[in-house]
Amino acid sequence: MTIGPEEERRGIVVIGVGNEFRRDDGIGPEVLSRLHGQAADGVRLVASDGEPARMIEAWTGARLAVVIDAVLANPPPPAPSSPPTSASPCPGRLHRIVVDRTPTPDVHTVSSHGLGLGQSVALARALDRMPERLIVHAVEVSDVGHGVGLTPAVAAAADALTAAVLRDLRPAAIP
Amino acid sequence: MTHRGDRTLAATGLARVEGEGSMYVRVGDGLVEEVRLDIYEPPRFFEAFLAGRSFAEPPDITARICGICPVAYQTSACQAIEEACGVTLPGPLADLRRLLYCGEWISSHTLHVYMLHAPDFLGYPGAVELARDHRGIVERGLSLRRVANSIMELLGGRSIHPVNVRVGGFYRVPSAAELAPLAGQLRGALGLALDTVRWVAGFDFPDFRSGHELLALREPGRYPIERGTLVSSAGLEFTAAEFEQHVIEEQVPHSTALHARLAGRDGSYLTGPLARYTLNSQWLPPAASAAAREAGLGPVCRNPFQSIVVRAVEIVCAIEEALALIEAYQPPDQPFVPAVPRAGTGHGVSEAPRGVLYHRYELDQDAIVRSARIVPPTSQNQAAIQDDLRVFVQDRLDLADEPLTRACEQAIRNYDPCISCATHFLTLQVDRG
Repeated sequence: MTIGPEEERRGIVVIGVGNEFRRDDGIGPEVLSRLHGQAADGVRLVASDGEPARMIEAWTGARLAVVIDAVLANPPPPAPSSPPTSASPCPGRLHRIVVDRTPTPDVHTVSSHGLGLGQSVALARALDRMPERLIVHAVEVSDVGHGVGLTPAVAAAADALTAAVLRDLRPAAIP
Repeated sequence: MTHRGDRTLAATGLARVEGEGSMYVRVGDGLVEEVRLDIYEPPRFFEAFLAGRSFAEPPDITARICGICPVAYQTSACQAIEEACGVTLPGPLADLRRLLYCGEWISSHTLHVYMLHAPDFLGYPGAVELARDHRGIVERGLSLRRVANSIMELLGGRSIHPVNVRVGGFYRVPSAAELAPLAGQLRGALGLALDTVRWVAGFDFPDFRSGHELLALREPGRYPIERGTLVSSAGLEFTAAEFEQHVIEEQVPHSTALHARLAGRDGSYLTGPLARYTLNSQWLPPAASAAAREAGLGPVCRNPFQSIVVRAVEIVCAIEEALALIEAYQPPDQPFVPAVPRAGTGHGVSEAPRGVLYHRYELDQDAIVRSARIVPPTSQNQAAIQDDLRVFVQDRLDLADEPLTRACEQAIRNYDPCISCATHFLTLQVDRG
């Protein structure tokens, strides 16, 4: 799959946020590595620690920016015997959020980044540096302690998440 | 809210990649009885994680400890392993290492000055609010970051967690032609950096003096960045190999974190921009030296609130150094010096943006890391920060809890500990006796 020079000039970027040495926080880098070879030529794949200046730099001028990040399932998942509700934390559950250029409620992604995606969006709006379209794929996670390897529930979501990002990158899906 | 009687300030719930911590202040009968800053230390996890790994792996693994200063971790790791293997980098490779480190200084300092620290002085809750009123100023900071990222991407392979650094040098080195556009960017950035110094020099600084012994690297003839000998304001001088004879880390009862002190000394010590500047200001390059003078800094700076000015001066310094290194660049014959591992121990030390960063690795005959030791600047500064906070809070007990908490946040940010990335990281709890 290739994209034309016009698309490349206007820029499509996928930003994988996270740290593979903080367990589930590594889901962003993991999906980014899966996209290598699958995403179209010309789609920029950027690894990021989520620091706002770097995020803004990565997506400034982009026609489409897709961000993959983790959201902490907090409080921890309920005991298996508890009846699940839509509000219950669920590690591995995926959320797709389209963030408008105009002010909307902040996107609160995983707290382990300190300055989170909400700050990046707020700062980008203040500086008029939002991408034309920003899609956030957020994954509920349960463990961002020190260590390597995703927890099983989050690892199991990586395929579906990769596919979801690729759907957003299809030319027909890009306005 | 009254401030007579006993009260407790407790700051908890800090969570971020590079550091986590909390602050606790107890006041009784109008006197500050206890100040405690607890900072969780990721390096402790990595020390254990490194044991059993190949001698080639620490530069890549330790780069993940801190998203803000990965080059510092890589550099100290490389130098320690190179010492263990008996490898010395030839001039061009050493220069490239310094150039990459300059990129990190520009990046880290610019982040701290513009996004974290300046809003404190200008009365904004954070960088977003500052940007709404002063877009051009924040854009200037982003422009400086862009230059830093260009250095990191060209030499490090990418702007975070560089992947082009290896023991003995680099996987790939740039041609002179590849470096040329960087020089153009840096020349433009020099003006922005000088404007930054003038801007922050105009802030109002509380009258505060930190009397700690200062510890920094020194490399006579030039400002210390990626290497040097350790010196202190009280006359200590020692090499990286002697670090653990002079810097003692010990457990303290109230904290899980190790506290560092200098052997034979009672008080705490401070590393970082104030120490670097005070012990090395005579070796600043010309534009940085002139900017420091214009900003009103003397040869010594002991007011932690003015650390923002020192950081701005060091941005100028890093840009000047980078330009000089690019101008003199002669591509090396090989991108790296092959390191033949041998059983032994090596030590590395460099000036991370926040201060001295020490690594030690013990290798066995099979090139496996048997043990690792990492002493980051934030843990070295922890006791000094607490000591300064004790004085700082004592002088401001007339403040209500909320402004006092905000003032403590700002005071802590003077030292740019990793936890400073949270713009508001203190919550307040009042206990009355």
